[in-house]
Amino acid sequence: MAFVQEPPKDAFRLGMLIYDTRYRSITIQVVVLVLFLLFLSWLVNNTIANLALKDRTFDFAFLFARSGYDINQTLVDYTNDSSHLRAAYIGLLNTLLSALIGCALATVLGVTVGVLRLSRNWLISRLMTVYVEIFRNVPVLLWILLGAAILSEATPAPADYRVTEAMQAAGEAPKASMVLFDSVAITTRGINIPAPMVEHGLPRLELPGISLNSNLLVFFLVLGAGLYADHRIRAHARRVQEATGLRPVTWWKSLAVIFVPTIGLLMLMGFHLDYPVLKKFNFTGGIEVLHSFTALTFALAVYTAAFIAEIVRAGILAISRGQSEAAFALGLRPGRTMSLVILPQALRVIIPPLISQYLNLTKNTSLAIAVSYMDLRGTLGGVTLNQTGKELECMLLMMGIYLTISLTISSLMNLFNRAVKLKER
Amino acid sequence: MGEFTPFVRTEMLAPQAPPVSQRGAIRWLRENLFSGPLNTVLTLLGLAALLWVVSHLGPWLLHSVWNANSLTECREIIAATWGEGASGACWAMVRDRWHQYLFGFYPSPLYWRPTLAFALLFVAIAPVLYSQLPRKLLLLTAVYPALTFWLLWGGSIWVPVVAMMGFGVFAVVFRLAQPRFGVPVSAGLGAVATSLWWMFAQAPVAAVLQSIAPVTLTSVDSDQFGGFLLSVVIGVTAISASLPMGILLALGRKSDMLLVRTLSVGFIEFIRGVPLITLLFTASLLLQYFLPPGSDFDIILRVIILVTFFAAAYIAEVIRGGLAALPRGQYEAADALGLDYWQAQRLIIMPQALKISIPGIVSSFIGLFKDTTLVAFVGLNDPLKGITQIVRADINWKGIYWEPYLFAGSIFFLICFGMSRYSMWLERKLKTDHR
Amino acid sequence: MKKSVFLGTLSAAALLAGIAGAGTLDDVKARGQLICGTNVGLTGFGAPDANGNYQGFDVALCKAVAAAVLGDASKVKFVPTTGETRFTALASGEVDVLIRNSTWTFSRDVDLKFDFVAVNYYDGQGFMVKKDLGVSSAKELDGATICIQTGTTTELNLADFFKANNMTYTPVTIADDAEGQRQYLAGACDAYTTDASGLAASRATMPDADNHIILPEIISKEPLGPLVRHGDNQWGDVIRWTYYALVAAEEYGVTSANIEEMANTTQNPEIKRLLGVEGDLGAMLGLDKDWGKRAIAASGNYGEIFEANIGSATPIKLARGLNALWTQGGLQYAPPFR
Repeated sequence: MAFVQEPPKDAFRLGMLIYDTRYRSITIQVVVLVLFLLFLSWLVNNTIANLALKDRTFDFAFLFARSGYDINQTLVDYTNDSSHLRAAYIGLLNTLLSALIGCALATVLGVTVGVLRLSRNWLISRLMTVYVEIFRNVPVLLWILLGAAILSEATPAPADYRVTEAMQAAGEAPKASMVLFDSVAITTRGINIPAPMVEHGLPRLELPGISLNSNLLVFFLVLGAGLYADHRIRAHARRVQEATGLRPVTWWKSLAVIFVPTIGLLMLMGFHLDYPVLKKFNFTGGIEVLHSFTALTFALAVYTAAFIAEIVRAGILAISRGQSEAAFALGLRPGRTMSLVILPQALRVIIPPLISQYLNLTKNTSLAIAVSYMDLRGTLGGVTLNQTGKELECMLLMMGIYLTISLTISSLMNLFNRAVKLKER
Repeated sequence: MGEFTPFVRTEMLAPQAPPVSQRGAIRWLRENLFSGPLNTVLTLLGLAALLWVVSHLGPWLLHSVWNANSLTECREIIAATWGEGASGACWAMVRDRWHQYLFGFYPSPLYWRPTLAFALLFVAIAPVLYSQLPRKLLLLTAVYPALTFWLLWGGSIWVPVVAMMGFGVFAVVFRLAQPRFGVPVSAGLGAVATSLWWMFAQAPVAAVLQSIAPVTLTSVDSDQFGGFLLSVVIGVTAISASLPMGILLALGRKSDMLLVRTLSVGFIEFIRGVPLITLLFTASLLLQYFLPPGSDFDIILRVIILVTFFAAAYIAEVIRGGLAALPRGQYEAADALGLDYWQAQRLIIMPQALKISIPGIVSSFIGLFKDTTLVAFVGLNDPLKGITQIVRADINWKGIYWEPYLFAGSIFFLICFGMSRYSMWLERKLKTDHR
Repeated sequence: MKKSVFLGTLSAAALLAGIAGAGTLDDVKARGQLICGTNVGLTGFGAPDANGNYQGFDVALCKAVAAAVLGDASKVKFVPTTGETRFTALASGEVDVLIRNSTWTFSRDVDLKFDFVAVNYYDGQGFMVKKDLGVSSAKELDGATICIQTGTTTELNLADFFKANNMTYTPVTIADDAEGQRQYLAGACDAYTTDASGLAASRATMPDADNHIILPEIISKEPLGPLVRHGDNQWGDVIRWTYYALVAAEEYGVTSANIEEMANTTQNPEIKRLLGVEGDLGAMLGLDKDWGKRAIAASGNYGEIFEANIGSATPIKLARGLNALWTQGGLQYAPPFR
């Protein structure tokens, strides 16, 4: 005798689409889909109508036309004969450079401040609290503008470095002089630092689409090989130590494999520094780090560092006290406790919010507009947009690029996060 | 056997003072500042930094001038009082232009209107934050947006009143439909009815009411808004408008329905993936392409809409965090009581999730409030860059650098610091009834 | 919470209100106000004075148009635009006409779909440097740092000029004239380049004007003029002929002072047509017959406007040069009113 009955199978009625929870979600999704498609087509339709009204077209052909304007910071070759696409690429590189250096600086500063804020040193912990509160609670735009103002107002003009004949005769010194053994000049426009140069360089490596500096490539190859050899030497030493209990002396071998080939290579290529020299208007030679770049990057770094400090502090506080007590019981000194016990564990708490700070910093590089730094917005979304009048194309492309950068960073960081996550079994 | 008298002290010795190095200020110094070589170095470095800041800023701040009509006059006064070559702050600029920093170009006889609106803001949010207050006050919270709109922009009172009636229409339709069709469908019907009201009934009804009872304030154009008035208007409107949107997005992101989830995730990630500045440029350059030909409205409104989207994506993530922090048992308990999805959300989930999210919401607001300075790049007069530029364009104040930044910066600091402290206090208060 | 939908209302209301009629002329008449895109601040051409009222050479033309169309020169709303935002503002309908020293170029006229209706100022790009730099020609600027307003034709001219002369430079891009002046004075750049008229205007407002010189080279042709959206020919005609009315008035000696007298006494049929005493030129434009009279009465004829805002009596001290009437060796020439 079977007591199990099949549930009654009702015939499908239209009302079930709304009342029956089995179907309702499908109904809702269909409605949402229809509304969404309607909305999208409304947008597209409006855009087409507006374009037609303004007698414009929607195409990206302008990207391959001659840009005609110059950019003051170019990491790769660019002249005003290059295309708008190339200009956008220059802008993208400038954005990435600022973001990369900004993130690195912010991390170093933020971790330092976060750790010091927990220090038992009364003065230091108070100072760090003041730093964090001041920088966190004021718009980042202020720090950028202030940074730019300080750099341009408190520095001497290039002309102040000049020694005229009259001054030479009178034995007067110029109003300003270069610092760090006459190698670095700080002017109202930028910081001129010596540039590494090679005498007998290799020709550039022309690959389809990109052109690589083969000198740099060879240098990094040799350095990488040296580091790998060093790694092997130490691995060998560890095996010997595990087998015999005696660790062979390796430090001179490590130094030799890392430094001898690289220094040899540099000497072979005729490495020297190209010092900045004052010409008629500006310092030439060397590398000029524009103040717009410095102001933007440093302001973003100190601003973001305040947030990172809070994240680091919260991460450290989240580790139970027993961990540090256990480390002390093992006889580890406070510094080693921090670096070997606390920080590795705190990292798991720290990394997710840290990723979002990196993302924020990267997105905030678009504030370059405040100091006329030629980032992606300055080239593609600025001059190109103005010269070609292609607002729709430029803005969509720019948003797409920013979105790609953001998604790439967050997915890379998520991968890293997964790698360092505590493996729970 | 000789007499042996063992020595037994019968009274306690008076306690001695600890050695000099172990008491009072010296002990405190040793323990807190010079406990080791590293700490000593740090302390000295800190002292040096402090000294450097004080020696550079101190004289400048001490030599402040509050009464002058131009920067040149300021400099003359400083030179006359503290000697040639002394540098000093010229706060006379603030005295001269503070009203522009606060209100932009808002007509000065009407300053009472934004001031009143700002004061009412606190009355309106008080019942939301403090549950002890009488519930009747929530009524004021409900009418506050319309009231503020009228106070700030002026014009006929009936425009915002009739617009608010749209919500009444929504409520009526929702009430009537909800028992029959459930929450989502009746909300949709309500939304349709409300839009119809706004599109077709708004203008004629407002006009009729205006002709019956004309109540008007002098109207003020959006382009006269500026300074902190603009920041507060954009910040408060965007954050309050983004709350419902953020809640819906957070629920959408946690929804079982694939399509709803995908759309929510897409929206949130898109907004969070691009800089605010590109969204502001969208407001100023691109919105004209996406809207029907010929439509053109106020840049402040366009900016507020885009900033609201921006805030909603961040609020959605905050609320998602709040939802995730709720124990699974709460959801199961709601199911066990036989509550449907919306009842469970309204009665069980959201009150708790929102409570957990309040600190996050406050910090989103702080972030957003600071970001309102970016509207300077689409030509609005934010307090930091926009107004400062206007002040500097005046021949009297040409060349004044640090004072405007310091002034606007300290106001931002006071507001943001105050809010962050409040949110920390709130966090502590809320924590006690959780653990 | 209630605010989100409330804003929705606003936008919906604004949307409905915003769906405009076909022609700009009708829009302006219906609105009772002319919206004129102007410079954020370029002394002499278009800049707000201490009370926030716009004054200047370009602004006077806006007022003349308002007087011609609406009968009241004060019914103008000035929308300040930068080099970056001006064309978007015009294209989106935010402004009715852009009178903001914009250079007439092929691509702007054809590709960006605007119509330049006239040239109210013939200009060229120049350089300003500090005297103590010891430079007397633009050809000596090799290696200099140069401040340049972005989104302008000057940006492209600069690149071409340095390339043609085989020289290099570092550009510092800035958004508007005020920022350019600030950077230039702060020493962030050696030279500031923009239209020669703009340089003269900037120099006039500097506290130490004598320490700055404008180099003799003019490296480009910059015909500056009012522009409207492409395709709205009637509105374009209104602006064009309002402008020519001012030029013609100078040619025939009609000034804001003697205009009533001229209208009553003149025997010249062309002046009669211009001032609406005879014929119906106004009706052809879609305006009334007194339009020309009102336009001239608003701020005077072309010569009067020039002298009052940028002429030799003002701190800017620009000579008429190319902008003299054709009868005096210049290029300003009004087609016949008939």
